[in-house]
Amino acid sequence: MHVSRNKWSRTSCGLLATLLLTCGLGAAARPAQAAETLLNHKAPVFTRHDLKGQTINIARLRGKVVLLNFWATWCAPCQAEMPKFSAWQKEYGPRGFQVIGISMDDSKAPVQKLVARLKLDYPIAMGDVKLGNLYGKVLGLPLTFLIDRHGVVRGEFQGGSDLKMMESMVRELLEKK
Amino acid sequence: MRLNFVGRIGAMAALAIAFVLVSPAQALGQSGTAPQIPASALIQPQALNQMLQAKGTAKPLIFQVGFQMMYREAHIVGARYAGPAVRESGQNMLRSAVEKLNRNTPIVIYCGCCPWNHCPNMWPAYNLLHQMGFTHLKALYLPDNFGTDWVNKGYPVAR
Repeated sequence: MHVSRNKWSRTSCGLLATLLLTCGLGAAARPAQAAETLLNHKAPVFTRHDLKGQTINIARLRGKVVLLNFWATWCAPCQAEMPKFSAWQKEYGPRGFQVIGISMDDSKAPVQKLVARLKLDYPIAMGDVKLGNLYGKVLGLPLTFLIDRHGVVRGEFQGGSDLKMMESMVRELLEKK
Repeated sequence: MRLNFVGRIGAMAALAIAFVLVSPAQALGQSGTAPQIPASALIQPQALNQMLQAKGTAKPLIFQVGFQMMYREAHIVGARYAGPAVRESGQNMLRSAVEKLNRNTPIVIYCGCCPWNHCPNMWPAYNLLHQMGFTHLKALYLPDNFGTDWVNKGYPVAR
């Protein structure tokens, strides 16, 4: 395809202007962009150590249906959900279901205390800004992703969720190979 | 004697129910939730954004009274981190950040860690500043959370 010189110049100027604008805005304030959904995309991979020192490698969970739950000790709706997740882990675990909890607390101590109190027996790791960014920014809790056996995000639940709907989706994903 | 025993059982049952009903936020020591903030003290995200974008007008001081990790992920441009007001450490941070200010200083506080009705930080922060005598105090109303009600609306953030 032929591109005229003038057109190239206009394109170059446009690109330069865009670049300068982007750099200028990027230095400090920037207009927020609507968070891109991870739905139907591969779940970003990460490795963390859980509270017991065991490695959580999301890539190694391919073949399982994964419920990835971001939560915190100060989040009341999170604490309403977690005992349910623990029960699902027991019920559906033998069918290839795995719950992973990521605490967005600023420190580990309250997390350990709460996990013991609620008797949560699925792996829980401490989150950080990098992990939050990886999952499209965790700027409100609870936030839960359902990932299918192929590592693709099939469900995204923000805020106090409809647990019945979430459970039926878990069952549906477990049916699929 | 029998009545006393029944009474004691009843009291213990009431205590047990009260314990179950205590929310995690209350367990952290807060004495109220965000909906207790008067409607007249709320500011909507769109209104705050317009205020921040307007040229030549005095801008309010903005404090994020929530959790550090969320502040580090994204916060309103110019907002200062004041710590989670549900904790004493957070209240101390907020108090020391504002104690030398004129009580007419326009201040906006926000959190957005979780849905408004469950936010453990907004009421303690509002209450503290109100008791300190701040007269131009607004609480940013984020019904769902900071991500949904500010970031996803395209309002400017800093990181």
